[in-house]
Amino acid sequence: MIKITEKPIDVQKVIDTASSLNAGAVNVFVGTVRNNAHGKNVVWLEYEAYETMAVGEIRKIIDDASHRWPLLGWAVSHRIGTLKPGEVAVAVAVSTPHRKDSFEACQYIIDTLKVKVPIWKKEVFEDGEEWISAHPAVAVNS
Amino acid sequence: MHTFRVKAFGITKDILGGKEMVIEAPGVTVGDLRAALNEKYPKLTGLRSLFIAVNNSYADETAVITDGDEIALIPPVSGG
Repeated sequence: MIKITEKPIDVQKVIDTASSLNAGAVNVFVGTVRNNAHGKNVVWLEYEAYETMAVGEIRKIIDDASHRWPLLGWAVSHRIGTLKPGEVAVAVAVSTPHRKDSFEACQYIIDTLKVKVPIWKKEVFEDGEEWISAHPAVAVNS
Repeated sequence: MHTFRVKAFGITKDILGGKEMVIEAPGVTVGDLRAALNEKYPKLTGLRSLFIAVNNSYADETAVITDGDEIALIPPVSGG
């Protein structure tokens, strides 16, 4: 399952979709909205996606992961629109026969998603707003 | 001159002033389009990176754009 959605992410559904009776491990990563950046309070985040390409790029990442680890099931859901601190922005789940592969595959998927998939976020502060990582001067670890 | 319809996302939407813009370029490669964009919107050159996607995939500078291709500007991504 690959989903780009404006609705709140149902993490349990992501886990259930990735689960398999043949698996001994289900690994899930849940990315949430932080309430601060650069020492300032984040009021909300605006997420935007180039949806058709984002789905295609996530599919490529899953294909790569499937070649490297014995994935029995997987699911990726990414939220777009306006998100408040504490809300779930992304959920990735994979299942594999043993736990080590599940940790590695899940980390690979979220790490690659963050550098390849055309999704953008804008932090909105009390006194302004900023597209994340757009300029060299404001590059941040996210 | 060749006319291209370009989708803009993230900060490029702010720089171009809209979600979709028509750009004229003297050539038909991604590199030609990039040069025309940089000339018309110099702020694009200040970005950390700017990829151009053709038909939903990252394209090389030498890729040739043909009629009906979907073109999109991909500034530094920040999902997750």
